[in-house]
Amino acid sequence: MIQFDKVVKRFGDVTVLRELDFHVKPAERVTLIGPSGSGKTTILRLLMTLERVTSGTIEVDGQCLSHMKRGDRTVPADEKHLRQVRKKIGMVFQQFNLFPNMNVLRNITEAPVRALGVPREQAEEKARELLEMVELSDKALAHPSQLSGGQQQRVAIARALAMEPEVLLLDEVTSALDPELVSGVQSLLRDIARSSNLTLLCVTHEMNFARDISHRVLMFDQGQIVEDGPPEQIFNEPEQQRTRDFLQAVLDA
Amino acid sequence: MIWDWNWALEILPQLLTQGLLVTVQATLGGAVLAFALGLVVALLRRSRRAYISRPVGAVMEFIRSTPLLVQLFVLYYVLPDFGFKMTALTTGIIGLGVHYAAYTSEVYRAGIDGVPKGQWEAAIALNMPRPYTWISIVLPQAVRRALPALGNYVVAIFKESPQLSVITVVDVVGLARGVGSESFRYLEPMTIAGLFFLLIAIPASMLIRRMERRLDT
Ligand SMILES: Nc1ncnc2c1ncn2[C@@H]1O[C@H](COP(=O)(O)OP(=O)(O)OP(=O)(O)O)[C@@H](O)[C@H]1O
Ligand SMILES: [Mg+2]
Repeated sequence: MIQFDKVVKRFGDVTVLRELDFHVKPAERVTLIGPSGSGKTTILRLLMTLERVTSGTIEVDGQCLSHMKRGDRTVPADEKHLRQVRKKIGMVFQQFNLFPNMNVLRNITEAPVRALGVPREQAEEKARELLEMVELSDKALAHPSQLSGGQQQRVAIARALAMEPEVLLLDEVTSALDPELVSGVQSLLRDIARSSNLTLLCVTHEMNFARDISHRVLMFDQGQIVEDGPPEQIFNEPEQQRTRDFLQAVLDA
Repeated sequence: MIWDWNWALEILPQLLTQGLLVTVQATLGGAVLAFALGLVVALLRRSRRAYISRPVGAVMEFIRSTPLLVQLFVLYYVLPDFGFKMTALTTGIIGLGVHYAAYTSEVYRAGIDGVPKGQWEAAIALNMPRPYTWISIVLPQAVRRALPALGNYVVAIFKESPQLSVITVVDVVGLARGVGSESFRYLEPMTIAGLFFLLIAIPASMLIRRMERRLDT
């Protein structure tokens, strides 16, 4: 479903990703862990086309993100191509990024209506189902500013799912929340993960959540994969010293 | 010179109806034009095409660097030579609108720049088409941020509107001057005209400050 092939990403002189290769199968749930600055967010942002690769290729469902075929030549992707690829990808941000000028219902329906051309009533019906799933049916007409962080993040999850993505990207979606709100959002995501066949790429510092939700854990350091394996192996018997150090540091924190 | 209440009351209705009406028309017309044109200019200035954004920026810089008075003169006395014929008031409204558009466009620009990057990124992540990203996400937030500053410009346009008298528009101040020169008494008409401005400008400024505080929270 997701294929990184020798992906290099530089910001000016700083090389964030060094010839990164990895592959995620359809419906696989992968968690990225690693120290701050190791490039985890950058990977998700590249997939969401919020950043462009410096070199190498990323494919989602067989479609290249950065280039497209025109006749038999390969040219840089244009907006139309990007929009086509993005259809399959959704993202939930650390800071929620709800639209403050719209109520909750409108936050969820705006993109289906504007980007997919779904009739408004149909989009609203779907939005109400999603709100029920995230247990916020009574907040449909509330404004984002009237919601707690946990509620805002659940709306953001509903908003991403309303676009029916095949791949969902989660970037530290609970780190901006008050501690007592974290578990609610995590269990919601766990339910969504288990009851759907979404391909999930998740960055988190919550190791229990990572263990719970993922089929596979990738340990990153300095823009490269240090260790790759099922959660039991990574957390219980890590092979690499850097993984052991990192897990120790997280436990101590 | 002693204040003459009888005469003051006598000229009051005339100043209120004819004079103030013109002032309000000039202000509202100028403000609406300045708001609309300013937004268009702000968007053009953000264009990625330099051959659009550069000249628009230069024209606005030019407008900001020359006096409103001169611009009004040019509009009123020069444009008719090129076949544009308008009433003095219409010319005045266009003059005020274009002049203040150069300022409101900067206000919009600041408002647009103030929309957090996360909003644009959420729009991309939701695959929102560009035009709708602007219409339903960025502009509503930008305009909301811009409202207090735009309000201040309405007050500014209101206070500058007597300048239209140089192109023969008879607003409340012009009328007061006319009444004064007929009777050789300027005290009453000019005081009344000044009071109008005070009575409208002060509450308006207070309203804007309240709006500012509400938007801050
Ligand atoms: N737009 C940018 N311009 C310059 N440098 C950037 C930019 N975005 C990220 N970086 C740099 O890239 C490196 C990796 O950043 P990234 O956000 O991917 O790390 P991360 O693994 O998500 O870290 P964290 O756990 O702190 O979120 C960092 O050194 C960061 O400073
Ligand atoms: Mg990060």
